Amino acid sequence: MAQIFHRSTNTLSRVSIFGAVFIVAALATVVSVVIRSPYFTEARVVRVQPVPFSHKHHVSGIGIDCRYCHTSVEESNFAGIPPTKTCMNCHSQVWADSPTLEPVRASFREDRSLEWTRVNDLPDFVYFDHSIHVRRGVSCTTCHGPVDQMPMTWRENTLFMEWCLQCHRHPERYLNVRGQHIESPRKLTNCSVCHR
Amino acid sequence: MTTEKFWRTLDEYENFEEFQKSLQDEFRPGTVTQPGVLDRREFLSLMSASLALAGLTSCAPSVPEKIVPYVRAPEEIVPGKPLFFATAFPLGGYGLGILAESHMGRPTKIEGNPDHPASLGATDAFAQASVLSLYDPDRSKAITEGGSITTWDAFITTLAMELEPKRLNKGEGLRILTETVTSPTLASQLKQILEQFPSARWHQYEPVNSDSARTASQMAFGRHVDARYHFDKADVILSLDADFLLTMPGHVRHAREFTSRRRAKPGENGMNRLYVVESTPSTTGAVADHRRAARPSEIYQIASQIHEAATSDPWIDALIRDLQTSRGKSIVIAGPQQPPEVHLIVQGLNEKLGNVGQTVEYIEPVEPNAVDQIESLRELVRDMQAGAVDSLVIVGGNPVYTAPVDLEFSKGLANVRLRAHLSLYEDETSEMCHWHVPETHFLESWGDIRSDDGTTTIMQPLINPLYAGKSAYEVLSSVLGQPTRTTYEILREEWGKGQNKEDFEKAWRKSVHDGVVKEQGSRNANVRFREAPKSEIRNANSEFEIVFRPDPTVFDGRFANNGWLQELPKPLSKLVWDNAALVSPASAERLGVINNDVIEIKSEGRAIRAPVWISPGHADNCVTLFLGYGRTRGGTLASNRGYNAYSLRTSTSPWIAQNAEVRKSGERYTLVSTQEHHSMENRGLVRRASVTEYAERPDFVEVEAETPPRSLTLYPEYPPEENAWGMAIDLSTCIGCNACVVACQAENNIPVVGKIEAGRSREMHWLRIDRYYQGDLHAPEMFFQPVMCMHCEKAPCEPVCPVAATTHSNEGLNEMTYNRCVGTRYCSNNCPYKVRRFNFFDFHSNEGPSMALLYNPDVTVRSRGVMEKCTYCVQRINHARIDAKKEDRAIRDGEVVTACQAACPADAIVFGNIADAESRVSKIKAEPRNYGLLTDLNTRPRTTYLGKLTNPNPEVKKA
Repeated sequence: MAQIFHRSTNTLSRVSIFGAVFIVAALATVVSVVIRSPYFTEARVVRVQPVPFSHKHHVSGIGIDCRYCHTSVEESNFAGIPPTKTCMNCHSQVWADSPTLEPVRASFREDRSLEWTRVNDLPDFVYFDHSIHVRRGVSCTTCHGPVDQMPMTWRENTLFMEWCLQCHRHPERYLNVRGQHIESPRKLTNCSVCHR
Repeated sequence: MTTEKFWRTLDEYENFEEFQKSLQDEFRPGTVTQPGVLDRREFLSLMSASLALAGLTSCAPSVPEKIVPYVRAPEEIVPGKPLFFATAFPLGGYGLGILAESHMGRPTKIEGNPDHPASLGATDAFAQASVLSLYDPDRSKAITEGGSITTWDAFITTLAMELEPKRLNKGEGLRILTETVTSPTLASQLKQILEQFPSARWHQYEPVNSDSARTASQMAFGRHVDARYHFDKADVILSLDADFLLTMPGHVRHAREFTSRRRAKPGENGMNRLYVVESTPSTTGAVADHRRAARPSEIYQIASQIHEAATSDPWIDALIRDLQTSRGKSIVIAGPQQPPEVHLIVQGLNEKLGNVGQTVEYIEPVEPNAVDQIESLRELVRDMQAGAVDSLVIVGGNPVYTAPVDLEFSKGLANVRLRAHLSLYEDETSEMCHWHVPETHFLESWGDIRSDDGTTTIMQPLINPLYAGKSAYEVLSSVLGQPTRTTYEILREEWGKGQNKEDFEKAWRKSVHDGVVKEQGSRNANVRFREAPKSEIRNANSEFEIVFRPDPTVFDGRFANNGWLQELPKPLSKLVWDNAALVSPASAERLGVINNDVIEIKSEGRAIRAPVWISPGHADNCVTLFLGYGRTRGGTLASNRGYNAYSLRTSTSPWIAQNAEVRKSGERYTLVSTQEHHSMENRGLVRRASVTEYAERPDFVEVEAETPPRSLTLYPEYPPEENAWGMAIDLSTCIGCNACVVACQAENNIPVVGKIEAGRSREMHWLRIDRYYQGDLHAPEMFFQPVMCMHCEKAPCEPVCPVAATTHSNEGLNEMTYNRCVGTRYCSNNCPYKVRRFNFFDFHSNEGPSMALLYNPDVTVRSRGVMEKCTYCVQRINHARIDAKKEDRAIRDGEVVTACQAACPADAIVFGNIADAESRVSKIKAEPRNYGLLTDLNTRPRTTYLGKLTNPNPEVKKA
């Protein structure tokens, strides 16, 4: 009976078995790079908003404190997005006729909420609390980056769990503490601290 | 004590060996669905396709979420922080004070109002589940005329045109039918209607009412009075068929007061003693020290024997002596389902024993216009049939379904020219009426209501009406010719009467805030008891008697479309999604039926068919039928489920029917009872002793072959921490009322699975209440044991998880991380307590958009393929921890209250920090009767139980 396979098949099979290891490894590398790339994580990608709000102008330009708008950051899990009224506190006087701010005035006039696009979006199974992080000495910029330098807001970090854990495992490297007690990483890495 | 055999089902009792063998099987028969036959090729192609598709889904870009802030922020709302508002949950006209939790304007959870005397901080299963009814997608959503959608304006125009000519004839032919009314404002509106239309009539009817007690009080005192019982002051309690812990008005307070006297330290005996004589086993009967099953007709005989103190029965004799030695410190109470004759005897007994003014108080009626409701309905039907009624406004209720069958309500109703119906659902009555107006849910509307002791609550809305519903106040206001007035205006006017503006404003704000109107309880009634002429009750010679009972979960049918209550196992039978005809084991044998056999029950020429469920401890020769099922309309869950007991219930014998014929029909039906599920294989789980045994042997809970030494483990010890969470459950006080089960479901976004899935042991309740029987099949003792995740220190589930989805926290929580779980179910297999629940399907996906508003935002909504279980309400622990850390202090004892603990009316569940020796839970766990389940497995459970104590009368010989 004639041979079914040609002799070269031997070489081919050896190469492919040997190559498989590398192909798989290469694939894994590519995947791990891709899922950490801004294409996938959307980190440092500017979001389009209904009004081109500049944190740079309002924070470093005028010197408004974060908490003037994000009022509940020290008491609640959610930092709070300002109601239109907060914008209108100034903009009923300043830039009151600017066409860029028309959506804000329209919202106030028609009692219809502005719809902002969420920049820092955690998965629904993660329960993050702003108030305790702020209280324990995590400054806003530690996670959100140089917001005062952002003409349009982007997400500074991936918000991956590995990113959270950098700090939860080594809080001493990131906390802005003034003689405060630093919680032991053993307590900070319980699953139920964030997942419940 | 280990020699005592506890059993849960008849199979277990009769066929102990075989049952044990069946436990070895991995799956119960019928729980595995046969997979279709698949050949290799098909399998491979399916696999590759699903792999490719699974890969594709991860490439989808994430959809950007929107943040929608307020335009002008309300003052109190801090996004992410819930608010609590005081209001009241109405059931049968009576209010239970509650605090409703609101997340950004969505009511999500009900808690008890500690300032309200009917609640004392606790709730019941009905109140817990009421928030689900608010978002029920089957609620009626539009005003209809003859089935087609129309407007409120059209309704009030029609009503005005109908009523205009009636102003001339004084309202001849106008009738209003309401449910029980305790609301001062509704009563005042109705009074005004009767002033405007003097010939009009107001009828009240509610299927579960207190007509019997009313009639008796009329006979004994010459007028209506209500009774208020102080169970905390009573040493001896005799209940004649009174389920005062679960279904009677005031049951939440009763449970708290009663159980406050069910705890004891070794050597001291401050415990009360409860005797129960009843036909149908109830939760009250289950916690009794002495329980006697008696047919309804025998209950009267027993009552009169006690009254006359003439008996040859040693049981009754001992009871009489016990009552006599506790003069002024005893309570005799009769169930609302007992005839007036029994109530009369009970009033006489309380009088004779000197209890009146001590443990029993008579108060002015809570209802502003208390009537004999069946008489009231009979009158209405008679006039309707005579053609004397031309317009009928039905405000709430579902009389077409609930009216006694012999009155032929719907036949009479058909004679009425204009019929309008206000209700939460489009039900049987709506179908028969020209106009249907959707009613506001109690969380959507202002209102006022009184509780059984007369405390008034101003109810406040938490949300705008979801479906443009109208309140009873608005409908009655339209009858009064003022259709544009809002409920708020109506209520404020009523409460502001005769007060100056400033005082009123202050008092109003305080009342609304507190949930209790100051000094609004009922006054004590100054009545004198007079021995009523003795009325003999017909003797019991009938073959079979029928007992009608409100269902312990869907009540009179009003909760039939509530999935949480439908899937809530009934306290004793543990049936779900159905009602059954309960019979005793002896009667079942006589009839030749077993569980799931269908019997035909004939009474006064009418017949129904119902599946049998054998209930140990049931009285012989009688059958219990539960109301609330067999609905034909009123929502997808309500319709076509179970049998309709109302179709046998007559106006002359609404609760007890004599001379019934019962026979086996030969058909079979499938009932689902959850008590066979999740077995712990009968390993000495319930431990109990009488107080005297406890004094002799305080460590009665210790049994041999238990608790290996702490060193016997391969796993390292955890370092000690500041907080170590633990729980203690007192079996002495648990009354099996199910409030905790629904509270857990509401707090933790637990789905409803339906009857078929529940039949496959796939119910999702994180907390179940196991019910055990002990002893004689015909007169067993009954025990309740709530079981949830024990948070074992050496948890068997943790090492078997291949993906570390279930782990141990440093505070001792056994954590479940859903996003890691891949659904191997090894953890569940390895759990000796059977407390882990697996999402076989995405049960939440077909709930409809309105249900998404119900979810607790602090708890993940789980999807298919994920294991879940009790977390000790970790979201509440985390909130408390964050609050404490923000204030740089330790978490205080009592700061973390789990949902089950908060709901418990018996205060049986205590949670806290066991690392703190001064905490309440540590002190309870230090009691000698503290024990853990299956501790011989060295799991070291953090949840432990206190052995059950009973206080039997030594004079009553054990049968």
